[in-house]
Amino acid sequence: MHELAITKSMLDLVLEQAEKAEAKEVGKINLVIGEMCGVVEECVQFYFDFLSKGTSAEGAALSFKMVPTKARCRGCDRLFELKEFDWTCPYCQGNNMEIVAGKELFVESIEVE
Amino acid sequence: MEIKVLKDILGANEQIAGINRQLLDSNNVFAVNLMSSPGAGKTSLILETIKRLKGKTRIGVIEGDVSSSLDAEVISKEGVPVVQINTGGGCHLDANMASSALGNVPLKDIELLIIENVGNLICPAEFALGEHKNVLISSIPEGDDKPFKYPLIFHKADAVLINKIDLLPYLKFDTEAFSQVIKGMNEEVEIFPLSCTTGEGLVQWVSWLMAQMGKG
Ligand SMILES: Nc1nc2c(ncn2[C@@H]2O[C@H](COP(=O)(O)OP(=O)(O)OP(=O)(O)O)[C@@H](O)[C@H]2O)c(=O)[nH]1
Ligand SMILES: [Mg+2]
Ligand SMILES: [Zn+2]
Repeated sequence: MHELAITKSMLDLVLEQAEKAEAKEVGKINLVIGEMCGVVEECVQFYFDFLSKGTSAEGAALSFKMVPTKARCRGCDRLFELKEFDWTCPYCQGNNMEIVAGKELFVESIEVE
Repeated sequence: MEIKVLKDILGANEQIAGINRQLLDSNNVFAVNLMSSPGAGKTSLILETIKRLKGKTRIGVIEGDVSSSLDAEVISKEGVPVVQINTGGGCHLDANMASSALGNVPLKDIELLIIENVGNLICPAEFALGEHKNVLISSIPEGDDKPFKYPLIFHKADAVLINKIDLLPYLKFDTEAFSQVIKGMNEEVEIFPLSCTTGEGLVQWVSWLMAQMGKG
């Protein structure tokens, strides 16, 4: 459900940037989203289509770069991807870890005309 | 033409949260963002905390609720100022809502502000309000698998309160393993097993809270 608020903020940010660049139309929006944020692409797309109507971003394509959750084990110092979210290190079975990726939520770039 | 943006989608929320934080700081008010799933015991904890801190610090409460004002009514009976935010269906509070609520909180008269967020483990994790500490309640009936399912909120919490420990004899919940998992993903977190019903463990929570406020 947080997709609505996230999409709103994303659109505001995109329109602000497009205006700054004096762009007439936004063709594409490149998003980077960490897996840990639990953002559902279809939901963002749905809200975006609705909210962007009548703006310069109407009809823009959304590209989602999903970032897998990665952690560094504090026991053995190795890096690994947290696939099952079971929070154990696959190398030493420790479960003390620092999350190093997966919390991203930003607009990387926009393509405008 | 491609324009590099590289900006946080929730940057605007962060900005307003920063302004809220400044307002709180300039009034010497310490704010706690209290989060949990529905029914884990946020309102109960606020009531018990108020009772235990009477005469020690002056408290105000912001009640975030999807639509009703039931929680706010219960708390105002304790004689503390309460401001209600109805999110009108929204599943979390954001910095903007907090900002308008803060306008109605008598900041000059309080030292501690407890904000009851909307019952939800997903959305509140993303939206800062301007709080000094994030406190998460996870209760025994919810089961001990919640950190696996909602890692972000456990990762963000400064303290996790394991509520309803009076129910431990009746339900399957491995407190030791649960705490270990949370500590693993969030090394700095403080964990307090407690019961708002029996009062067990509340002393530890309240003294931690006072210590955070510099009143230890
Ligand atoms: N057994 C037991 N029940 C509790 C405890 N703490 C709260 N409850 C009960 O749990 C129910 C929900 O408590 P609330 O304090 O209303 O929970 P909440 O998180 O504020 O709920 P929402 O605002 O609806 O999300 C109530 O019936 C409480 O009496 C506890 O420590 N033990
Ligand atoms: Mg409540
Ligand atoms: Zn390891």
